[in-house]
Amino acid sequence: MHARRGISGERIGGAIALAFILGFVALALAPLLRFGGAGGIDQQLASVLTFTLWQASLSTLLSVFFGAVVALSVARRPSFTGRVWLLRFMAAPMGLPALAAAFGVLAVWGREGAFNSVLSFFDLGTKFNVYGMTGILIAHTFFNIPLAARLFTAALDRFPPTYWKLAANLDLGRVALFRLVEGPALMAALPGVAGLIFMLCATSFTLVLTLGGGPAATTLEVAIYQALKFDFEPGRAVFLVLVQVVLTGLVLAFLAAFPAPAEERAQQGTELRRFDGGSLASKLWDGAVIVAFLLFCGAPFVAILVDGLRADFPHLLADRLFWRALQTSAVLGLSAALLALLLSWLIAMARVSTGSRIFAGWLDAGGSLILLTPPIVLSTGWFLWLRGGDGFAPYILVAIINALMALPFALRVLQPAVRSHVERTRRLSQSLGLSGLQRLRIIDAPALSRPLLMAFFFALSLSLGDLGAVALFGGEGFVTLPWLIYARLGSYRTTDAAALTLILAAVCMAFAVLGTPSERRRGEAGR
Amino acid sequence: MRKTVLLAALAALLSSTSAFAAGKTLTVYTYESFTAEWGPGPKVKAAFEKTCGCTVNYVSVEDGVALLNRLKLEGKDTKADVVLGLDTGLVADAKATGLFAPSGIDAAAVKVPGNFKDDVFVPYDYGHFAVVYDTEKMKTPPKSLDELVNGNPDEKIVIEDPRTSTPGLGLLLWMKSVYGDKAGDAWKKLSKRVLTVTPGWSEAYGLFTKGEAPMVLSYTTSPAYHEMEEKTSRYQAASFSEGHYIQIEVAGMTATSKDPALAKSFLSFMVSPAFQDIIPTTNWMLPAAKMDQPLPDAFNKLVQPAKTFLMSPEEVQKNRKAWVDEWVAAMGAK
Repeated sequence: MHARRGISGERIGGAIALAFILGFVALALAPLLRFGGAGGIDQQLASVLTFTLWQASLSTLLSVFFGAVVALSVARRPSFTGRVWLLRFMAAPMGLPALAAAFGVLAVWGREGAFNSVLSFFDLGTKFNVYGMTGILIAHTFFNIPLAARLFTAALDRFPPTYWKLAANLDLGRVALFRLVEGPALMAALPGVAGLIFMLCATSFTLVLTLGGGPAATTLEVAIYQALKFDFEPGRAVFLVLVQVVLTGLVLAFLAAFPAPAEERAQQGTELRRFDGGSLASKLWDGAVIVAFLLFCGAPFVAILVDGLRADFPHLLADRLFWRALQTSAVLGLSAALLALLLSWLIAMARVSTGSRIFAGWLDAGGSLILLTPPIVLSTGWFLWLRGGDGFAPYILVAIINALMALPFALRVLQPAVRSHVERTRRLSQSLGLSGLQRLRIIDAPALSRPLLMAFFFALSLSLGDLGAVALFGGEGFVTLPWLIYARLGSYRTTDAAALTLILAAVCMAFAVLGTPSERRRGEAGR
Repeated sequence: MRKTVLLAALAALLSSTSAFAAGKTLTVYTYESFTAEWGPGPKVKAAFEKTCGCTVNYVSVEDGVALLNRLKLEGKDTKADVVLGLDTGLVADAKATGLFAPSGIDAAAVKVPGNFKDDVFVPYDYGHFAVVYDTEKMKTPPKSLDELVNGNPDEKIVIEDPRTSTPGLGLLLWMKSVYGDKAGDAWKKLSKRVLTVTPGWSEAYGLFTKGEAPMVLSYTTSPAYHEMEEKTSRYQAASFSEGHYIQIEVAGMTATSKDPALAKSFLSFMVSPAFQDIIPTTNWMLPAAKMDQPLPDAFNKLVQPAKTFLMSPEEVQKNRKAWVDEWVAAMGAK
């Protein structure tokens, strides 16, 4: 691909976004090197590395596989009742704080969970033990199957309808259809989806420790936290972050080596129709897949609901602190989501405009880098620059960290959509002589409103569920909703915490609804 | 007209700055649960401000360890006059920063088990670590650490990770105090009873109250919260015959304080009844000095350890890493 005329603005924008991200991370790491702590990999760290890679690979494999299975079934049924609600639900888990999810998962799979009640009801004699690798995998798939399914469904839905028609005319069998049509569509999305999930699982902390059963289940993220907190060896923490970046970088490079099939794109506003899947067997299969998915990912939400409803809501809603937390979370979330949207837009536009493979590689890496740098490292490094910086500094810092954390998600939504959109409209905008903001307003914004909306609400619910890395900053005013949940839990107030978790889950669900408008409105927006 | 407005504004500005100059401020670094609405912080602030003619400013960070780290990062530039919320395990590290000044508080004012005495750090409350159990699930709780270690592996306990949490480290030191060189073997046995190891106290206690395990590592004071706030005696602490390891929370004044006299007067206020009366029902710990009010009844029913374990801060500082490594090895080899 060669660079085209009239699009250098996009590349400059991408370079600025990239410089911002790399600068933000590098500035955080640099001052930490002044303090003690050496590199070096000992026996214990080696086993931590092995475990980190092993559990992250397994989690990714399962999430991607089942995510694809669900997506294939959902994509094959473009117009069943409740489909849009299913898609919305897929965006809900990502906003939950890890501990809330862990409690939800345990209410289903734990020693006293629903699953064990079923086992004992049928008097099966055995007890299901979730603690260990099983628990880690269940929790990670609870978070990531919906994410994978959502992104894969979008990939399949973007496919040109003419293909499905053609496939129907050719009377392709199930296997041939998968090999020729669905497979390539999934493969195109695979590196991005699998890479994101791998990073999320590799850097998982609370879920791995809480459900892992013991220190044999320790990720590199735990070692980084330990180095920076209990051992206070910031230099070592930086070393471990670099190990994490290199190691995960290798995995991402491996995933990126998958051949990306050339994609042709649907016309905007064309109605989605599928001609396959008419047989009873396929209907039963799709139904079973969707029900199984809903049971697996929905049950922890039901547990959160049941648990939360027991609380004293009037008392809770009368609490000044709750409203302040909600307000802070809302302001932080909105700023973070807007920044994430801006950065992902700049990166996505630059990514499709550049002819340089190296620049493209940097853009991809830059968009994900932050997931590999734990918030505690970023906030400690920035603390040194800001020197206490009470007042607004921590808010801005947390908003930026949250934005960067949400960036990889927003990119996974926006980038494929932008790519196909730009390919489709390049000639149109050239012939109209449109560029820059004019092009953005007239051509891009209306056509990309859906992915933009989805990316925005993805980012919003992610930032809302984020604890906010302000461990060192302090300041009495800094109270976010997830922070309040932890604070209540930390002072015996479990019922309050459960109610707050329910509220947070409800807000995430609301964002998921706003992020995926119903199909009818989509048709109107497209025209 | 305009002039008078300007004058008025100027006057307001002047009066506010002069008020600022007259009032002294005391900056106290502490942890978040201390300054939480339901914590001791707000009441302590109000009570001290009544007597000192000053304003108390809190800067609250995540926990005691974060508190020390923040000081290390700030060095001599720290704005703290008083640092409140370290525990005895952190004292040696804290002294090594050279940022603290001797308190000058008479040690006789303070009464805590375990003979902790220090010329820099002053205790303000304490609690013993204990295994808290659910009486509805467990009829015969362990009566000793040894019974806990060797008991029925099907009756589980949730513990905290010594690499990431203070109670986790507390249990580690407790086991070390009782078993010495054989602690590794004891951990190996105990690991069969450990349901899971959580990053912090909140996760562990949450799992416990959700019924995932009948035991959790917490404090002897935990039952007092349930008794007073939830009116239930369902959760009780098990008394261990060997004795219990203690956590003593301390405060100190910085060498960099601009107003050492004020900082010192806060420390003496801290060991006075006005401060100590607040502690039990807000921090859920035991007072480290005389109270005016009687201790709430729920506290009198708590387990009274026959013996208190406390290692010297220097010993903890020297061995912590080796002991944590030993713990990882023993627990990992399930």
